[in-house]
Amino acid sequence: MNVDMFLFLTLAIVAVISAVSMIVSRNAIYSALFLVLNFITVAAIYLLLNAAFIAMVQITVYAGAIMVLFLFVIMLLGAEHVEDDPRLPWQKPVSLILGAIVLAEMAYILFFRAGQLLPVMQDVEAGFGSPRSIGLVLFDSYTLPFEITSILLLAAMVGSILLVRDDRKEEK
Amino acid sequence: MNIPMEAVLALSGVLFVLGVLGVLIRRNAIVVFMSIELMLNAANLVFISFARTITPAEIGLSGQVMVFFIIAVAAAEVAVGLALIVTIFKAKKSIDVDQIHSLHG
Amino acid sequence: MFLEAQTNVLFQLAPWIIAFPLIGMIINIVFGQRLGERFVGAVASSAVGLAFVVAILQFVALQADSHGAHIPVAEWIAIGKLDASWTVRIDTLSATMMLMVTGVSTLIHIYAIGYMHEDVRLQGDPGRFTRFFVFFNLFVAAMMILVSADNYLMMFVGWEGVGLCSYLLIGFWYDRGEGGIANAVAGKKAFIANRVGDFGFLVAMFLMFTGAGSLQFDQAFTWAAGAGPEQAGLITAIALFLLLGATGKSAQIPLYVWLPDAMAGPTPVSALIHAATMVTAGIYMIARSAVLFGAAAGASQLVALIGAATALFAATIAVGQFDIKKVLAYSTISQLGFMLAAVGISAQVAGMFHLVTHAFFKALLFLSAGSVILGVEHGLHHQDGDHAGFNPNDMREMGGLRKRMKVTFAVYLTGALALAGIPPLAGFFSKDEILAEASHLFPLVYILLTLAAFLTAFYMGRQIFMVFFGKPRSSAAEHAHENPPLITMPLIGLAILAAIGGGLNLPGLHSLAGWLEHTLGHTHILEFNFQVAGISTALALLAIGLAWLLYGRKPMEKGAEDPLKRILGPVFSGIANKWWIDELYGVLFIRPYTALSTWLAEVVDWKFWHDWVHDSVIAKGFRGLTAWLSMDVDLKVIDAIADGIARLTGALSERMSALQTGYVRSYALSMFVGMVLLLSYILFV
Repeated sequence: MNVDMFLFLTLAIVAVISAVSMIVSRNAIYSALFLVLNFITVAAIYLLLNAAFIAMVQITVYAGAIMVLFLFVIMLLGAEHVEDDPRLPWQKPVSLILGAIVLAEMAYILFFRAGQLLPVMQDVEAGFGSPRSIGLVLFDSYTLPFEITSILLLAAMVGSILLVRDDRKEEK
Repeated sequence: MNIPMEAVLALSGVLFVLGVLGVLIRRNAIVVFMSIELMLNAANLVFISFARTITPAEIGLSGQVMVFFIIAVAAAEVAVGLALIVTIFKAKKSIDVDQIHSLHG
Repeated sequence: MFLEAQTNVLFQLAPWIIAFPLIGMIINIVFGQRLGERFVGAVASSAVGLAFVVAILQFVALQADSHGAHIPVAEWIAIGKLDASWTVRIDTLSATMMLMVTGVSTLIHIYAIGYMHEDVRLQGDPGRFTRFFVFFNLFVAAMMILVSADNYLMMFVGWEGVGLCSYLLIGFWYDRGEGGIANAVAGKKAFIANRVGDFGFLVAMFLMFTGAGSLQFDQAFTWAAGAGPEQAGLITAIALFLLLGATGKSAQIPLYVWLPDAMAGPTPVSALIHAATMVTAGIYMIARSAVLFGAAAGASQLVALIGAATALFAATIAVGQFDIKKVLAYSTISQLGFMLAAVGISAQVAGMFHLVTHAFFKALLFLSAGSVILGVEHGLHHQDGDHAGFNPNDMREMGGLRKRMKVTFAVYLTGALALAGIPPLAGFFSKDEILAEASHLFPLVYILLTLAAFLTAFYMGRQIFMVFFGKPRSSAAEHAHENPPLITMPLIGLAILAAIGGGLNLPGLHSLAGWLEHTLGHTHILEFNFQVAGISTALALLAIGLAWLLYGRKPMEKGAEDPLKRILGPVFSGIANKWWIDELYGVLFIRPYTALSTWLAEVVDWKFWHDWVHDSVIAKGFRGLTAWLSMDVDLKVIDAIADGIARLTGALSERMSALQTGYVRSYALSMFVGMVLLLSYILFV
């Protein structure tokens, strides 16, 4: 067990715990904050995996912008506590069982079929994952998706504005 | 950094399943949404780990570029999704997903 | 050369002899009703008149070229060996017929204008005038097709055509007569009797085609002439069947029964069709088939015997008739018997000679009888007596018309004397020639014919004395008067022909014999037989004297019995009742046939076919089947299936709709379930 592995395990445990807490928590704000923690730990794992730029993007956009947006909305709507409802009684047990099954299957893959499925991590050069290298690939091979994404963002902006626009203003 | 692939993938899988469970079990629309973000995150993790496995760097970095795009799209999606939730809240005065069942048979 | 070209042109005109009457008919059909009686009569008469002109031109052409010509008109049937085309044949025999028919027809057409003008008003339907002339023209056209035919099939077309016109014209007043249908019944009788004859004609044609391979005259005759003894049976059969056809058309035993009834038609019809033209078609046909009959000796003898027997038989019946036209009808049958006997003993020239002269004086007699009847009817309408039940044809109601209808009397007398065979009128020469030939060739026939001649003179004398002499026996006869010139002029024309007609074949000159020889081959010419002539003339005078004794010296009183009745007793009732032949036919043929057809119609057709098969079997079966199909199959099975499917779908959809909970979470769960299943499948299967 080397340093990397140790670090990784710690971070993994934190991530899992924060995820579980997010799901379980009754208070929406607590859930959001737990998710932020989860994102940060995952960003750290990205760093371990030589994805420095992406880690920063994760923190900036995901944890910084998206979660802030979430918090705004939660506070705007006054997310309240919801009681248990007898309408879908089977939902929780079945989901848990199925989740367990999936986890078991994943474990099976990883332990018994790993040799057939998984490639091995390679050694990487120094600048792997740096903004420069990402930029080189992004603007060289992926120019088109890049531009389209910008249009997508524009559409999302217009869409969200349209959705929340006041109907009374339309009639005037 | 030698972290075995299996470990990263195991973590990713666990996070994904947790996300699915969150979608299925929680009734608060915003929490459901957040669980979806968790799932996306798990997928990102897989991409990043696989980016490490391909030797010619330009191709390998495609994985990270993919994550870049996913994050951008997720941002857009969150914007629209939350706008929807706000609209529904205005109509229904509640963000319980179980309240939105008019399309039942 | 010039003459040849001329004759060729004249021959080419021959088809117009058929076309002119047809055109006249069509003009009258289209314009007749609108343009009035004068127009119709003029068109019809001119059409036939023009046909007569064409016939004269043919005669002229034949003088130059006696072989005649064949003018093709149209292709008709050409299948395999059978080639029956419509070719107009002009030779001396057909020209004789053409001249006689068109000539007499023209005179009768002119007569008919005046006669029908009166008749349609007497019967109360002036609108029917046009119809008469349409049929009349059609008849002439059909007769022309008959006589100008070059093969048996075309002749049959004309044969049928004249039969049709005869039917149409006999039943012209189809809604009059006893019980409102008697005239129509008479027409039907004529048609059916003719049909039996036509059957014979048809079978003869079939046999002829079998033997000769052709129906064309020349080819058939060549075959018959050259046929060996093994074909004799076939030829005899053909001849016998042709004879059957002739007995139908020319009213001989056994098919003569329609002719007396045919007197129900207007008088011009009787004159033209049933005296001069249609009835002579059979004689013409046998004369034309001389070669055939020559090759079948037994059949020829039968022809002669039937002719002679009919002549005598009909003459006996004529003696006892009281209807003026019926006397003439039976007289016609009798004279036709003379002609048939003549062609039967291979004296075709004599037969044709008598045919022509008979046409003259019989047409004259009929037309004059029509004039008498009209006069009497006028007399009836002038006095306001009782009209009902008065039969203007009945001779017992006539008498003393000599003074009141002078022209009619004169021409009638001429005709009667010609018929009786008094020299030097036409009938003497023609009848005598037949008798002379018969005495030479077939003595039995000679005896029968002589007796018939005696009776002929007797019944004509009886008729003359009853109608024209004595005192009028009814007020109608008393007030009768002569008819207008439109009626009397044709009579005078025919009387002249009857008087001088003998000139056609005067002994010594024998013009007709020479003329016909071109077509018929060698015709042996007999010297004038003074013995025969003397006997027949003496007998005729004797008969007239007897008639005077019985009817002239002491004229019949009104309502008195016929003096002959006292003398002959039951024989008289026999002859007055036509020897009950119609009744015999009724029992032998009509009744069983009617019974059979009634049985077939009522039992087989209605009871069995309609009631049982249709209603019980088919209809009920069908209804049962459809009931079963609709109730058991459709309602129970098919509806059950259809409803069942519908209900199943409904139930299924109700169950399935439970899946649509509306909850997003349950949808998400189902997606997750699917994902798990898929994953398991990929991993483990």
